[in-house]
Amino acid sequence: MNDLEQLLAAREIVVTCGAGGVGKTTTAAALAALAATELGGRVLVLTVDPARRLADAMGVGGLGNEAVRVPNEAFAASGARPRGELWAAMLDTKQGWDDLVRRHAPDPATRDAILANPLYDTLTGRMVQSHDYVAMERLHELHASGEWDLIVVDTPPSRHAIDFLEAPGRMADFFTSRFLRILVAPSRHRLIGMASRPFYAIADKVLGAAFLRDIAEFFGLLESMYDGFVERARAVERVLSDERTAFVVVTTLSAVPVREAMFFVDALRERHLQLGAIVLNKVLPPGLLDVRQAALAARLAQDAPALASRVCSEEPMSDEASADDVEMVARVLAEVGDSFGRLRVVAQREAVQRAALEALGHPVVAVPQLDHDVVDLASLLVVGTALRG
Amino acid sequence: MSPVDLLDRKLLVVTGKGGVGRTTVAAGLAVLAARTGRRTLLCESDPAGGMGTVLEAGRLTYQAREIEPGLHALAVDTESALQEYLQLQLKVPRVARIGPLARTFDFVANAAPGVREILAIGKLGWEVRDGEYDLVVADAPATGHVIAQLRAPRAINDLLTMGLVREQADWLAALLADRSTTGVVLVTTPEETPVTEALELADRLDDEDVDVGLAGVVVNRVLPELFGRAEEEVFQRLAGPGHEALTAALGEDPSGVLTAARLAVGLRRSGATHLAALRAGLPAGVPVLYLPELFARDTGIRAVHRLAEHLADEL
Repeated sequence: MNDLEQLLAAREIVVTCGAGGVGKTTTAAALAALAATELGGRVLVLTVDPARRLADAMGVGGLGNEAVRVPNEAFAASGARPRGELWAAMLDTKQGWDDLVRRHAPDPATRDAILANPLYDTLTGRMVQSHDYVAMERLHELHASGEWDLIVVDTPPSRHAIDFLEAPGRMADFFTSRFLRILVAPSRHRLIGMASRPFYAIADKVLGAAFLRDIAEFFGLLESMYDGFVERARAVERVLSDERTAFVVVTTLSAVPVREAMFFVDALRERHLQLGAIVLNKVLPPGLLDVRQAALAARLAQDAPALASRVCSEEPMSDEASADDVEMVARVLAEVGDSFGRLRVVAQREAVQRAALEALGHPVVAVPQLDHDVVDLASLLVVGTALRG
Repeated sequence: MSPVDLLDRKLLVVTGKGGVGRTTVAAGLAVLAARTGRRTLLCESDPAGGMGTVLEAGRLTYQAREIEPGLHALAVDTESALQEYLQLQLKVPRVARIGPLARTFDFVANAAPGVREILAIGKLGWEVRDGEYDLVVADAPATGHVIAQLRAPRAINDLLTMGLVREQADWLAALLADRSTTGVVLVTTPEETPVTEALELADRLDDEDVDVGLAGVVVNRVLPELFGRAEEEVFQRLAGPGHEALTAALGEDPSGVLTAARLAVGLRRSGATHLAALRAGLPAGVPVLYLPELFARDTGIRAVHRLAEHLADEL
């Protein structure tokens, strides 16, 4: 068992994080598929934005907030026989908020008033960072249900991945903040303290009094749910920070994502969260770094005509061997050599990044660059196999 | 519409899925604009983003700084934008009087609807209206977030019936909707998800609550075509049954070289499929620019310059 498999076998929650475009969602799905096929148990992948073709190929095309089981036929089509069950669910922010309000509202009247408030949709739907909080809520709920042996979470597209981790704390801070008290106060007893008067003067001028009243009313309603929100936020924080949860940082070997990965590794350490492994995604073939292969590629590029005639005398390229054949083989060989040279430059650049990540001292697993997109369960399992090392 | 029009707009909002090279392309467009005589402002919407690194200019701040002749760059952070907004637009004196506001700023920005977005897009609008620059290029957030920004003026209009913000949202919405002034540049790579997201965004731009024109699509990191059809057949033969003959000719097994070539051929082929899907899915008349994979050790400003040259060729 490599480090990642060990992780999948022992933890209850695995969270993938990293910069946009590095293959977080694919890695999360591949980890879950690997766990379900090789280790067994009930495995859930909780994703934010599944590539549609991948979801379709897994037989969970209409993925929504409810967990859906990936049918065994989908596995059979890819030649695998899972020992366990693979389930998938998607995070719908709006739905998540609605559920939250229904759960925490003290009475039906408050619940309906919140759901019908004109600000509610805007606040929950358009507020980008509310994704993070709802994701955390949902994770907590699914984990607490005890239905899953393992939940693999794909983090939402945060501008800074760390926002995701801080979402519960931020939400708790917000609901206990003095500011909120100030904001909500005037709807109760029109007495505004000296401290908040300038704020109101400006806010009034900027936003208009009617809007301020709307806001105050909305948060007045929400106030009845503070305790529930705060308590849950704290519970999510606890689960994430103990040994039940491990984080997997995903990155490609380009400079910008690597910088973000390192930032994330630091951030996890500062918060005493457990980094399970660093996954290097889309890594070019190691042969590109091989000096002897590079020498051969250079010979192909330089000596193409001579090599071509030698090759053609051994292995005719068509039934009627001709000078045209030799010429074409020479062109192909030269291009093969040049292409190696071009890719080698990139591979060498990436090797520097890889060394820097490996020097951090955490388990590092490399997934090779595939020549096609990961849009079916079969290629997902190929990625899964690579993750096993 | 000829592609030259691209740089003749006043505001280009560059976006695309994370990882497609959006920041480098935005920088490349701005460098090209400056070199063709336009006073250009490059705006990064995320102060912790990579523009400073890409330009090798250190950390960008809210104060515009000249990077190259005619090219200025700044980073928009919400707090500075709010300060400036209150000061310049609403004539509210600085800091002291907005103490409670500044202290609880995180709340305002995080929870009040669209505040962050309207301030970010508002800053771009003011720079355009100010007229100091011929072109403002915005390195906008990734596709998921940019819609929230672009429709912020209208979202605000839905919520506010009066107040100064309301008035400003009106002209801002008009500025964004004006096709000859504002255009979105979508950056993608020839891969599945970036292309899907680019097409989805292209669709959304026409929505009533967004209403911003698509100025062009930039396909980044296009791999070179190694072989024509006949050559590829020869290659498959060399890599398959001809492998031994090739080994004999070289005196050593070139497995690593062949593996790399197979990967290059396969990537190019799947890329071509996605490019075809992209072209088929875009509205007619949208210019598509292709930038090659650079295969270079260059990063930073040298890579931006090379990209700008390729953009110039494409335009």
